[in-house]
Amino acid sequence: MALNYSEKVMDHFANPRNVGEIENPDGVGEAGNPKCGDIMKIYLKVNDETQIIEDVKFKTFGCASAIASSSMATELIKGKSIQEAWDLTNSAVAEALDGLPPIKMHCSVLAEEAIHEALNDYRAKHGMEIIPVEHHEE
Amino acid sequence: MLNKQVYLDYTATTPVSPEVLEAMLPYFSEIYGNPSSVYSFSQKSRDAIEKARSQVAKALNADANEIYFTSSGTEADNWALKGVLERMRKAGKGDHLITTKIEHHAILHTANYLEKINNFKVTYLPVDEYGRVRLEDLKNAVTDKTVLVSIMFANNEVGTIEPVKEIGAFCRENKILFHTDAVQAAAHLDIDVKDLNIDLLSMSAHKMYGPKGIGALYIKSPLKFENFMHGGAQERGRRASTENIAGIVGFGAAMEILKSRLSEDRPRIAKLRDKLIKGILNKIPHAKLNGALGDERLPNNVNFSFIGVEGETLLLDLDMKGICASTGSACSSESLDPSHVLLALGLSHEMAHGSLRFTLGRYSTEDDIDYLLSVLPDIVARRRAMSPLWEDYLKQGADPGPISK
Ligand code: FES
Repeated sequence: MALNYSEKVMDHFANPRNVGEIENPDGVGEAGNPKCGDIMKIYLKVNDETQIIEDVKFKTFGCASAIASSSMATELIKGKSIQEAWDLTNSAVAEALDGLPPIKMHCSVLAEEAIHEALNDYRAKHGMEIIPVEHHEE
Repeated sequence: MLNKQVYLDYTATTPVSPEVLEAMLPYFSEIYGNPSSVYSFSQKSRDAIEKARSQVAKALNADANEIYFTSSGTEADNWALKGVLERMRKAGKGDHLITTKIEHHAILHTANYLEKINNFKVTYLPVDEYGRVRLEDLKNAVTDKTVLVSIMFANNEVGTIEPVKEIGAFCRENKILFHTDAVQAAAHLDIDVKDLNIDLLSMSAHKMYGPKGIGALYIKSPLKFENFMHGGAQERGRRASTENIAGIVGFGAAMEILKSRLSEDRPRIAKLRDKLIKGILNKIPHAKLNGALGDERLPNNVNFSFIGVEGETLLLDLDMKGICASTGSACSSESLDPSHVLLALGLSHEMAHGSLRFTLGRYSTEDDIDYLLSVLPDIVARRRAMSPLWEDYLKQGADPGPISK
């Protein structure tokens, strides 16, 4: 393979977890990648009492790294509190995938940002303060 | 790991054919004399090179002394552009190059270099939606400083064949030198440099079942210009470096075999191409063919865009099925830019993203095409089903087609 994707990346790319949409989601977020023009959309179902993410789904238009990052990121935030989910960084996603090729690191930022957007959407709907989303390249 | 391998990337490179390999083998350990040496042992090396030169020349209707071997098509392109422009400027004839937006990087990046570093003037002609240069645009771009026109014979990504005959006639009439990068075309088309009024032409052996590391530049006699490789007096003093004898022999053999098979191979491959194009159009909704149609397209090229999906993912899905193809997606280029060729044809970034190129060759079969057509629709449908872009597209009222979920 021209790109040295780890086995984990290939696994999440070939069989992505949590693909799809959630009807009447509690939060939706979309992020676009300025580098190559890819898009990721995240849907959240949050338990209002516990603030635990009960379900999460995604749709991604992007490369294998973007799809695997989306898949892994959704797995990592499922069952977590909205605060824990906010703290998930793209490098943690990349690490969980046993690394990404350097040129493909930016694709994991997409996942981090889409989650932040979705969490802010949830916060806005529940009268909580919006946290500014920081954009970074890698 | 599955064992099946279907190679559909002949434009990237081709295997060395068994006959070519056989012709080359003696020139590694048996007939290895340096052609520049005096003793008679080296005469055999010299003879082998001259035979290959004649083989290549004959295929182009050129004279043997008009063929110069290089290390690659890229070197031939570099030499033609840099050599001619430097000489012309020095002679006070002009400093303007006209080329196109869809050239291979070997031309484009060389032209950029000449422009940025050496202050030459370069015009990059646009193309129409099929990838064809318009003669009108060429005529309008010419100034009294124009000394070289470099337009590819056929495009490597979308297979469009350029109006070389008209371009050649126009350039000859206006006393402007005409170079064409025929790295792809030479593997599939009959080329007659005299009839087409070509002054310079680049070729590469590994696109036509010859080895990698060997190319050639045809230079119409008695045209002279600056050398590119400096050193010894090889290639009649115009291209230094000890000859790659086995490579040269392989190139000659490959060219001769190619020529002898062309009338049979070309229609056979074109038929497979058309079967693949039809099959994709029938089986995959919202698939757009990129490039020209019929005889204006290389017989081996198929290039499609599938809206809503990204090419690298499709390549990896195909790879898991044992199929080798290529894409113009930004995600799979080192620069993260989409294909400059597809953009020049007017495709949006999204459509360039979802492009796939299949290129056929001598060893392609009906079975290969059937197999590809049996797996590709599901691959596209599955990736579309997880794409937010496809979802938006459907929301805009696009018909999802029979196989999409
Ligand atoms: S999404 Fe384009 S490179 Fe990963």
